[in-house]
Amino acid sequence: MFLLKLLVRNAFRHRLRTLLTIVGITIAILAFGLLRTVVSAWYAGVEASSASRLVTRNAISLIFSLPISYQERLRRMPGVRQVSYANWFGGVYVTEKNFFPNFAIEPRSYLALYPEFVLDPREKEDFFHDRKGAVAGRKLAARFGWKVGDSIPLRGTIYPGSWQFVLRGIYRGAEKSTDENQFFFQWEFLNETLLKTLPRRTNQVGVYILGLANPSLAAQVSREVDATFKNSLAETLTETEKAFQLSFISMTEAIVVAIQIVSFMVIAIIMAVVANTMAMTARERIGEYAVFKSLGFSWWHIAGMIFGESFFITFTGCALGVLLTFPVATAFGKELGSFFPVFQVAPMTLYLDLVAAVVIALIAGLFPAWRATTIKIADGLRRIG
Amino acid sequence: MTDAEALSTPSPIVRLRNVSKSYRRGGQIVPVLEEISFDIAEGEFLALMGPSGSGKSTLLNLIAGIDSVDNGAIMVGGVDITTLSESELAAWRGLNVGFIFQFYNLIPVLTAFENVELPLLLTRLSRKERREHVALALRIVGLDDRMDHRPGQLSGGQQQRVAIARAVVSDPTILVADEPTGDLDRKAAEEILHLMDRLNRESGKTIIMVTHDPRAAEKARTIRHLEKGFLNDVPS
Repeated sequence: MFLLKLLVRNAFRHRLRTLLTIVGITIAILAFGLLRTVVSAWYAGVEASSASRLVTRNAISLIFSLPISYQERLRRMPGVRQVSYANWFGGVYVTEKNFFPNFAIEPRSYLALYPEFVLDPREKEDFFHDRKGAVAGRKLAARFGWKVGDSIPLRGTIYPGSWQFVLRGIYRGAEKSTDENQFFFQWEFLNETLLKTLPRRTNQVGVYILGLANPSLAAQVSREVDATFKNSLAETLTETEKAFQLSFISMTEAIVVAIQIVSFMVIAIIMAVVANTMAMTARERIGEYAVFKSLGFSWWHIAGMIFGESFFITFTGCALGVLLTFPVATAFGKELGSFFPVFQVAPMTLYLDLVAAVVIALIAGLFPAWRATTIKIADGLRRIG
Repeated sequence: MTDAEALSTPSPIVRLRNVSKSYRRGGQIVPVLEEISFDIAEGEFLALMGPSGSGKSTLLNLIAGIDSVDNGAIMVGGVDITTLSESELAAWRGLNVGFIFQFYNLIPVLTAFENVELPLLLTRLSRKERREHVALALRIVGLDDRMDHRPGQLSGGQQQRVAIARAVVSDPTILVADEPTGDLDRKAAEEILHLMDRLNRESGKTIIMVTHDPRAAEKARTIRHLEKGFLNDVPS
């Protein structure tokens, strides 16, 4: 208790220096937390992916499509329970700034394969029965103030023209990690329109999604699917949904690595700042430590005072940083919702904040503690006066 | 010495035998104390005098166990402190030595009460017992009405009195004082010397004081002179 009182009073002997150090740690922990959350958000799609779903795409590239005729053959494959398909539509709502993912899907099979998109049964039925119907995620609808029944215009980029949809439902995510920023409409509507405008591009799908009877069959089914379409006009590449999502991230891996490096650099910089504060503190008090030693206090009392002060300053800054991370991350998430559909502070980020604080406090206190505990009392007393 | 004289002489509380100490300065070994041997009787008030660099503060540090000898032995209260390890020496100091420094060396963030309480934190005394001891020590030095003041709120003389209270609160075997009046004006110095004299006469405390000031030394019962690392006198 006495030691605690002493180290708190010691910590605020140079109020400005201590407060600036705490502010520095707060900002560093906040920056670290946000950068780690960006990395987590980057992998959110991977986290949300299901082990019981496979994605089949054109083996050459995702840009190339697959014929709709593959659907029946895929459905008959052993181990495949369900098949659906989707096309990346790439439509623009009013202006390019309003980016959100929009897909043409086969509604019944797609929603059956993705139970995490939760729709009101009546809205679901309305969607199924309206060729021009569409559903949007809760966050997306909130972002643009859409209500069920609203007419949503999209300007086609991959599929030229002006497309009008009627919002028939707003889904919510079953899990925290479910993306609520997507927009789905009927593949049939796309195909019928293309039949009139671009007949060459009809009856094509971007990807097939295969629901597996047993997730342990993923590798076997993938091999069999790709073998089935070997030497056809559109050879396939089948992979787990997780691998499919990771293939997107690998395209931007350098950015993720850079963010991770920067997040650790922030911690390294603040470690140097706190170490400097503690070194100055211990140097100023070297005479006092000598007095403590002369009174009979041993080396571990002295080390305890220095590490205690280092931990007190670091953990105060860390606590403030963690507390600020949540509202700031929420604000970030709102601003960057179209790029990071799921932007939430993960428990792992908090653990890493804690580990960072412990490492900072230990490293910062190490040299001053060694110096204060090893200096001879007579030498320390000579520093006074 | 006759048997009668031997019986009437108090037994030595401090014994130094052939104590030598040197420092290394710029690659050179500089002897500070050479083959010092003398005793300090229990209840003694000894003043160590000598010019700067004569080794008097080094000798005080060796007796107080905050520096180590090169050769020789120092017995304090029957314990050869030159054989103790660092941690044993720290524990020994806490129990046996009270320090009074020239610049008081109080902890500025602690009140007078808390400063005096410091040595007792290493004992097994309860909080209540510690409080009683501290209150008594502050009463002895006449500062029981200043116990909640921090050092910065006290005069130099008052700070030195707090330091004396801290030195005596654990009832140590010896009190060591290094220029205790060196930073005080004449009046405050007189008060401190009077207090030390009272502690010696009334409580029987053994005091070893290093001083430059002949008027301070006059308060001591014995004066020893050091010069260039040697004792060059007979006790006076």
